[in-house]
Amino acid sequence: MAANSCYHCGTDCKTTVIEFEQKNFCCNGCKTVFEILNGNDLTCYYDLESSPGNIPKELRGKFNYLDNEDIKDKLLEFNDDEISVITFYIPGIHCSSCIWVLENLNKLNGGVTTSLVNFPQKKIRITFANSRISLKQIAELISSIGYEPYISLENAEGNVSVIDNTLLYQLSIAAFAFGNIMLLSFPEYFQVDEFWLEKYKHLFRWLMFAMSVPVVFYSAKGFYSSAYKGLKHKILNIDVPIALGITVLFLRSTIEIVLDIGTGFFDSLTGLVFFLLLGKIFQQKTYNFLSFERDYKSYFPIAVTKIVNGIESNIPVNAIEKGDRLLIRNEELIPVDGILITGDASIDYSFVTGESNPVVKNSGDKIYAGGKQTQGAIEMEVISTISQSYLTQLWGNDVFKKVDTIGIKNITDTMSKYFTIAILSISIVAGVFWYFYQPEMVINVVTAVLIIACPCALALSAPFSLGNMLRIFGYKKFYVKNAVTIENIAKINTIIFDKTGTITSTKESNIVYRGTNLNDKEKIAIKSLLRASNHPLSRALYSFIESDLNIDKPESFEEVVGKGIVGKIGNLTIKLGSSGFVGNTENALNETAINVNINNDFRGSYVFKNSYRNGLNDVFAILNQKYKLIILSGDNEGEKAHLEKILPKNIIFYFNQKPEDKLNFVKKLQEKGEYVMMVGDGLNDSGALAQSNVGISISENVNVFSPACDAILDAKLFNKLPEFLTLSNKTVSIIKSSFIFSLLYNVIGLYFALTGQLEPVVAAILMPLSSITIVVYVTILTNFVSKKL
Amino acid sequence: MEVIYITIGVSVVVAVFFFIAFLKAVKSGQYEDTYTPSVRMLFDDELVSEENKKNQE
Repeated sequence: MAANSCYHCGTDCKTTVIEFEQKNFCCNGCKTVFEILNGNDLTCYYDLESSPGNIPKELRGKFNYLDNEDIKDKLLEFNDDEISVITFYIPGIHCSSCIWVLENLNKLNGGVTTSLVNFPQKKIRITFANSRISLKQIAELISSIGYEPYISLENAEGNVSVIDNTLLYQLSIAAFAFGNIMLLSFPEYFQVDEFWLEKYKHLFRWLMFAMSVPVVFYSAKGFYSSAYKGLKHKILNIDVPIALGITVLFLRSTIEIVLDIGTGFFDSLTGLVFFLLLGKIFQQKTYNFLSFERDYKSYFPIAVTKIVNGIESNIPVNAIEKGDRLLIRNEELIPVDGILITGDASIDYSFVTGESNPVVKNSGDKIYAGGKQTQGAIEMEVISTISQSYLTQLWGNDVFKKVDTIGIKNITDTMSKYFTIAILSISIVAGVFWYFYQPEMVINVVTAVLIIACPCALALSAPFSLGNMLRIFGYKKFYVKNAVTIENIAKINTIIFDKTGTITSTKESNIVYRGTNLNDKEKIAIKSLLRASNHPLSRALYSFIESDLNIDKPESFEEVVGKGIVGKIGNLTIKLGSSGFVGNTENALNETAINVNINNDFRGSYVFKNSYRNGLNDVFAILNQKYKLIILSGDNEGEKAHLEKILPKNIIFYFNQKPEDKLNFVKKLQEKGEYVMMVGDGLNDSGALAQSNVGISISENVNVFSPACDAILDAKLFNKLPEFLTLSNKTVSIIKSSFIFSLLYNVIGLYFALTGQLEPVVAAILMPLSSITIVVYVTILTNFVSKKL
Repeated sequence: MEVIYITIGVSVVVAVFFFIAFLKAVKSGQYEDTYTPSVRMLFDDELVSEENKKNQE
C-alpha cells in the first residue's frame, strides 16, 4: 500500500490527509467509517482485504421516505408486528470484507437479527426487529459504513424476477432416466440368448418404458411447443425434426416391446433429450449483477420530497402532480420536468446524455427529468407528470413493447429448413422403394430414417459454440445478453456511434485555456482561489493548473451560488465563473468553461473538452474497412471539425439528434435493408439501442448504469470492440463448419437406416458419439480462436 | 435369480431418493448463490478470534 493512500478506501489522499490512530484517511467520511467499525470491534474488516472500503456519501434526509408506510409496504418482503425482512441492492459490494462486515451488522445494531449477503447479485437480505430499529435506520446504518443501498422505482413496482428452474428440472429428469435406462439396456446388447436374460428382459423393458414416459411428456415438452409454434408461422425450425424424431422413437420403441419384437430405443431417446437440454442450459449465461432490461424506472427514485406551505413530506414518485413543489437534495435525481425555483442548481445529465460535466442552471430555467443535482438542495416546480416528461416519453414507443421472438430465425433454423425437407423426402423415397422390394420392412425403414436423422449434433453445435463464446466474452468483460446476439453481431453491416460518453470518456476531460496569457503570479492566484471552492469544475481546474509556487490564502473569498467565485489575493481581484458573471461577451458557444476576470478585465476561459477514448482512431480505422460507420450525436456541431480530423474520411456525422431522432434514424436504415449495430451509453440512446439489431451499451462502471441493450461493454475495453466483432464472425463460421461434420454422421446413420439394419445398439453408439464429438470440436475451436483476445 | 427383483427394486428406490433430494435442493435455492457461502465459510474463525481477543483483554 502506498504511504499516502487512505486506510479505508485506498484512494490517494493527495494534499489533505486526515490522521487518526496512526492511520491515514482521505476524507472525514472514511475516518468516520473506521471509527464506527473500530468502536464495534469490527476492524477485522481491514485485515481480510487491504483498504476495502467505499467512501460514504452525505445523505442527510435522503432516506426519509422509508418512514412512509405505503412505500415501506411495497419494499418489505415480509412484515408483521415484530420482525420484517428487507432485501437491498448494494452496488458497493465488491470483496470478501464487504460480505464479512455486512453479515455482522448485528454487532453495529442489536435490532438486526440476521443479514445475509448474496455476493453475485450484490444483494443483502436483512431481518430486523421492528421495535428496535426502523427501515430508515437500517438504510442509514449500512450507508454510514459506505454501503448505500440503491432503491429505485422498479423495486416499488414489485418487478421481482422469479428464477425459472423448469429447464433444470427437465434436465435432471432426463439425466436420471438416461443413466438408469442405459444400465437396463446393456444386458440385451451384449448377452444375447442367455437363459436368465430371456426371463427378465420384459421387466427391464417395462422399467425403461416407465422411466422414459416423464422424459417424453415433461422434459421434451419445450421441443413440441416450439415445433408447433414454428409450423404455425410456416417456419421449419430445428425443433420440427427433433419433435418428430422423439415422437417416432417413443412410438416405435413402445410398439416393439408391446409386440415383443425388440428392446426399443429408449436409451437413445432419453440420451437425445438429455443432450439437447444440456445444450439449452449451456446456451444460457446469466450475469446476476447485470440487467439488460432496464428502463428509466430502474434509475428513478422511489419517492420525492414535496413541500406544501413550507412543510416537507415524502410522496411516491407516481403521485407527483403538475404544480407540485419538490425539494431535490444533493445527489438526488430529478424525476420530472420542471422549473427551478430556488437553489444553486448544478445538474449532471450523465444518465441522459453521457455528458459528465454538470450544467449550471439559474432560477426560472427549465430543468429536465433524469438530471442529478450535484451540490446543495434545490426547489423546483413540476410542469409535467412523470410519464409525460421529455425523457420518459421515449418509453411510450412501440420498440419497448415486448415482441414475439418466433419470427426471428437463427443460424440453426436456416439450416434446418433444408434439412427437414431432405429427411422427409428421403424417408418417403425409402418407403416407396422398400414397399416394392420387401413390404414388411417399410415401417421399419421409414421410422429408422426419422430416428437416425434426428438432428441432435446439428442442434447442439450452435448452443455450445455460442454459449462458450458468451462465457469467453463475459470473462473479458464484454457482457452479451444471449446467444442470438452473437449471431446478430456477425450479420452487422452498419455501426452507429453515439458521441458523448461513448467515444469520449466521461471520466477525464481535457482543459484548454483560451484568451490572453496569464503570468505565473496570476495562475497561482487563480489556483489559490479555486482551492477554497468545492464545485466539481473548480476541483478539476485546481488539479489542472500546475505551479511550483506556494499557494496563498485569499484575503477575501465569496462564492456566488450558481455563478462563480470572487476573491482578492494581493493586488489582484479575481472573478471566476460563468460568462455572464465575469462579463464575458465573446463566448457564445455552448461549452463548459470557467471564465477568468482579473481586476475587472476579462482575460479568457478554461474550456473543458471531452477527451476521446484510447485507441479511438485505431478502432475506427479497423471497423471502417468492413462496416459503414456513422456518428449520431445529441450535441451541437462544436466538435465536428476536430472529429473529422482524427477519424477516417468517409464517416458520416449527424448532430443535434434528439432521442426520438436517433430511434427513427435506426429505423430508416433498417427499412433500407441495413443491419444496424448501435453503440451508445445514456438513456437518450435507449430508443436507438432497442430499435437496432444489436444495441451495445458502453459503461464506465458495469455495476451502476446501462440502459436496456443486447450487450454491455466495459468502457476500458472500447479499443477491443473490433476484436469482439471479428470473434463473433468466426464463431458463426465454426458453427457452419461443424454442420458439415454432423451431416457426415447423419449420412453414416442413414446408411444403416436405409438398408434396414438399424439395431438399437447402433443408434445407442452413433447418437452420443456424434453429439460429443461435435461439442468437443466447437469448444476447442472457439477457445482456440479467442486465445489471442 | 429372483433376487434380481429385489436388487433392481432397491437400486431404483435409491436412485429415486437421490433424485428427489436434488429436486429439493434446487427448490430451496441452494444453486442460486454458489459463491457467497464459499467465502462465508472462512469467516467463522474471524468472529471467534475477535471474541477471544476481547476475553483476553
